Amino acid sequence: MSHLVLVGTSHHRAPVELRERLALGSRVGAGLVSRLAAGGGEAVALSTCNRACVYLVHADVEEARSRAVAELAGLSGLAADELEEALYVKVDEEAAHHLFRVAAGLDSMIPGEGQILGQVRAAWEAAAEEGTTSVVLNRLFRQALQVGKRVRTETGIGENPASVSSAAAELAASVFGDLGGKRVLVIGAGKMGELTVLNLVLRGAERPVVASRSLESAERLAERFGGRALTLDALDEELERADVVVASTGAEGLVLTADRVEHAMRRRRGHPIFFVDIAVPRDLDPAINDLDGCYLYDIDDLERVVKETVAGRREEAVRAEEIVAEETEKFGAWRLSLDVVPAIASLRAFAEDIRAGELDRARGWLASLSESERKAVESLTSQIVNKLLHPPTVRMKQAAAAAEGVVYAETVRHLFGLGEDER
Amino acid sequence: MGEAALLLFWPALAGYAEAALAYAGETIRPGRTARFAVWGVRLGWLAQTALLAAQAVRAEGFPWASWAGSLNLFVWLTVGAYLIWGCRASFRLLGLVVMPLALALFVLAWAAGGAGDTRRSDFGDFFLAFHVGLVLAAFAGFTVAAALAGLYLWQERRLKRHAPGVLRLRAPALATLDAFTGRTIAVSLPTLVVGIGIGFGRLEADGGGFDATMAATLLAGVLYAAYLVLRYEAGWRGRRGAYLVLAGFLVVLVVRIGLTPVGHF
Repeated sequence: MSHLVLVGTSHHRAPVELRERLALGSRVGAGLVSRLAAGGGEAVALSTCNRACVYLVHADVEEARSRAVAELAGLSGLAADELEEALYVKVDEEAAHHLFRVAAGLDSMIPGEGQILGQVRAAWEAAAEEGTTSVVLNRLFRQALQVGKRVRTETGIGENPASVSSAAAELAASVFGDLGGKRVLVIGAGKMGELTVLNLVLRGAERPVVASRSLESAERLAERFGGRALTLDALDEELERADVVVASTGAEGLVLTADRVEHAMRRRRGHPIFFVDIAVPRDLDPAINDLDGCYLYDIDDLERVVKETVAGRREEAVRAEEIVAEETEKFGAWRLSLDVVPAIASLRAFAEDIRAGELDRARGWLASLSESERKAVESLTSQIVNKLLHPPTVRMKQAAAAAEGVVYAETVRHLFGLGEDER
Repeated sequence: MGEAALLLFWPALAGYAEAALAYAGETIRPGRTARFAVWGVRLGWLAQTALLAAQAVRAEGFPWASWAGSLNLFVWLTVGAYLIWGCRASFRLLGLVVMPLALALFVLAWAAGGAGDTRRSDFGDFFLAFHVGLVLAAFAGFTVAAALAGLYLWQERRLKRHAPGVLRLRAPALATLDAFTGRTIAVSLPTLVVGIGIGFGRLEADGGGFDATMAATLLAGVLYAAYLVLRYEAGWRGRRGAYLVLAGFLVVLVVRIGLTPVGHF
């Protein structure tokens, strides 16, 4: 019987320096899986910024492990002994369980992160393209993708934002609902501000207006999003129109005071503004938050929100683990049923041969029947064969699920003399 | 009434109580109990509908002319108004306000005999159905609007105070709550005006004096009219508008619970 073997490492066991060495580009990955699958096995290599691992299907666990370790050692430039300390090896259901946890985002640094599901799919597709996947790994990866989707649908693990920039966009949505058509004013052209704007734009906000001390840097950021650039002198006018203000300048003092915002608010007829201040030191006067219709979040406020939502994701992870365990059990039952599949196929072929032979012997008598009568006889004999074989087929599958499949398969082969001609 | 009809009170009560509890559970473990809450609202409302139908059949007319009877009808209309769109996932926290209130008023109606009343009023069924029905429907709308305004103030406070759990226990967006409050009142106010108009028509025809209930109902109407004018013409959105809606609802409560036992429906 073939075994499923996983050899790899992740951020739990290996520092980034080692993970860098094991990073698999598409060409390296293709070569690796081809070598590992040589000789009739199956192989998929999964490489992300947090992990590098290979899934193999091989008759001999030890041989599969040593080949995988040797390949990974060659890739990392380390001696196999040295590398092995950072590697984990998992076999059969344990390996499946690990992949399902990975696909569910349970093995990620931030539980439930969504990117991993795409990476699992890409790894499977790349291996399939190389022709190194077959029955077991195709089933395993297809089920892993289903587990990932199921966990995200049935639990809230991926619902809440896990970064400061996405939390800022979610909070803006808590004020405005749909961000479609909302005007974004960016003060400063810092990297964090850019990420926040990206999150807002992805949720449908309008192209941003970027205000900076230097028009050049404002133009650079505005260009990225197809927005408009201006200098800080035009800020008051833009404040009257903006719905979301993102501040991330490197200025030493306050860039926007509560008085200026209060002045703008008088002209806005009660329309609220959501302010995000991700600059340190802060750009926006904290007193802005006290104004009616103004909501101001600085970097500390946002980090507190993210911390809380990540804690929520960890709570949801408990439910996700239950789903993963249930799916692992299903995979295990399926894998064990593979033990009896050849015996069932042989038994059915044996019965079908008998049926066809007997019909052939009665060919003379059947010739006297009409076309519809002949079809009725064929159908009747097929039904008899199917009904006779149904109970042993079901029992063998049940036995396989209880890990007794091999015994039953051997018994069936012995009783019906299956495969004796080949021996 | 019949005791048979009164038997329907209990499943309705059980549905509303279950919904109120399940909504409370939502605040502890978001996403876990909302489904059960919605089913509680639906089943409770269906049971109460059957209860009202049984009362009407038994009375062969309009049996909710008493204070307690009209309270029973009011609860049904309020939960019905909530059911129209309040059961959506994004509004589940609204149930946290509406369902405990509906539950309390329903118990009050039962305790005062409103769930078992099958007596017909001296007034004509046609007048009662329109006058009482429209005024109570408007009050039900104002109740839902008050719940929306209350939810708005709560969510706004959380956002202003930077509550870390603001994204874990999600409430509808402020703009959505504000818009729905405006729309609910824009529908409820004309309903109230028509209901009041029918009442004044009967007063004109049959004679009768102007009393405190009528004055308070008119005051509520004036407050909600002021809200609509200020909201759409003077930009009174958000907190100020929400406070005005709650002030109007306070008057509705006075009319509904404090004054009507004196001599009205």
